[in-house]
Order: sequence, then structure tokens, then C-alpha cells
Amino acid sequence: MKNMKRREFLGTSLTATTLAAVAGTGLLRSGMAFAGNVAGWPSKAFEDKKLAAAMTDSIGKTEIPVSSKVRLSAPSIAENGAAVPVTIEIDSPMNADDYVKTVWLFVDHNPTPLASQFNFTPGCGQAFIQQRIKMAKTDNVRVVARTSKGELMASAPRKVKVTIGGCGG
Amino acid sequence: MAAIGNPMIRMPGSAKKGEVIEVRSLIMHPMDTGLAKDKAGKIIPAHYIQRVIVTFNDQPLLDIDWSTAVSTNPYLAFKMRAEESGTLKMVWKDNENGTWSTGTKLSVS
Repeated sequence: MKNMKRREFLGTSLTATTLAAVAGTGLLRSGMAFAGNVAGWPSKAFEDKKLAAAMTDSIGKTEIPVSSKVRLSAPSIAENGAAVPVTIEIDSPMNADDYVKTVWLFVDHNPTPLASQFNFTPGCGQAFIQQRIKMAKTDNVRVVARTSKGELMASAPRKVKVTIGGCGG
Repeated sequence: MAAIGNPMIRMPGSAKKGEVIEVRSLIMHPMDTGLAKDKAGKIIPAHYIQRVIVTFNDQPLLDIDWSTAVSTNPYLAFKMRAEESGTLKMVWKDNENGTWSTGTKLSVS
């Protein structure tokens, strides 16, 4: 336990040092990265460039069992990667004792794979989200949900064929 | 400059107690990724909504953290269980201290 804390501390201070070093080189211009982040926004997970890192920094692990309770719909072919409609639906009683608390949406190979994080309450009645996302290329979209009891479950990855990438450049 | 703001909520004005209703919302925002370039070849800085806060009668209902991967002019639909009459409020916040909010009344019988 003591060791864990030390590791966490080392991890944090290493990140801070790296950031300071990068900022020092002038690569980060003000207004470009951290300057205006909304308080509490999970910047580390959102800035990770690889799926495994983004999953580790958001969920804490990368191997999540797939459950038929987590449903993710997206078109199999999206001509325009700039606006791919996705629908997330998770089976849950959504009562005070048992509800879906957090849901993460990932696009495996986007420049930053974590696309969104949703924090539900029992008052939602259903863990349901519909929105449009950008996809850089043909890729897998996936969803992970954590219940109020701490249970983790994932959707099957959903492949979307993208004709025109949607991340600019 | 592209249009920004003008948040909108669409949902039923009334519902039966216990009914789960769908709420749809839209806001104008460029959601710039920080990866695209303008016509002069200059990088357009990242400018995007990072958080959406939904409350009902000032009680937290749904909190969302967004990234640059959310599409321009973000559409968002979610559900809520109608338990009592009141006001649903939504607040959108971006990484340049932009904040927009709007609300809609729900009557529950």
C-alpha cells in the first residue's frame, strides 16, 4: 500500500515535470492546451493518444468483459467522418441501489481515443445517449459502463467504415 | 466567425409521473480540434465544449465531459424519469470560458 502511494506520487510528479519541460520549449502555446480547461475535466485521459492509455487513465484497466446489456449503435458505413451518429443504451434498473454511473465512449485510433464520458444519476430513468462524433478513419467505436456497484461491462466493438475522415487537417 | 451559442432543448411539455421521457438538445459551436488548418495554412486552435451539466429543479441529473471528437454544433439526446413538475436546465462550458445555458419546463401529472 505504502509502495502504491509512492508509485502514484512518482507518476504524478513525473507527468508534471514532463509538462513543465514541454511548456518550457514553447511547444504549448497559451490558449492551445490547458489554459482554459473546465475545472475537473479529466484532461489526462482525454489527451492520451493511445486507446490503452486512455482506458487506463479513465477506467483503470483495459480488459473489460463484453455484456449484451451494453448496446452501441452506429452506421456500418459513414461517408462523412465529421458527424457519425452513435446511440448508447444500457440495461439497468436505474434506481438508487443499482444504476449505471459512468459510461465512456472510445474511438480506437482517433488522435485522442476517449471521445466522451457520461455521468448518470438514477433520475435519468435509462442510461441512454445519442450524439454525433468525429472519426479520423475506418475504425472501431466502443463503450464501457461502470455501475454504482462497481461492475464494469463493455459493448462489443462496433466497426464503422469512414470514407472521409473527420478530424481536419 | 462561425455561429456560436443559441442552445435549444426539445422535450415533451408534460408527462405522467414515472414516465421516462427523451430530451433532445442542440447548440451551435465550432468544436475545433486544434488539428485542422485554415486557408492560410495556420492551425486553428482547439476550441470545444468540455462539459454539459443537466439539472432538474437544481438537482444533478447528468454530467458529461466532451472532447474534440464531438461533432460541430453538438446534438445530444438523453432520457429522464418524470417524477415531479419543474425545470430542466442545461449548461454548456467550453475551454475558452464560454458558457451557455437554457431551461425548459415540465409538467408532471
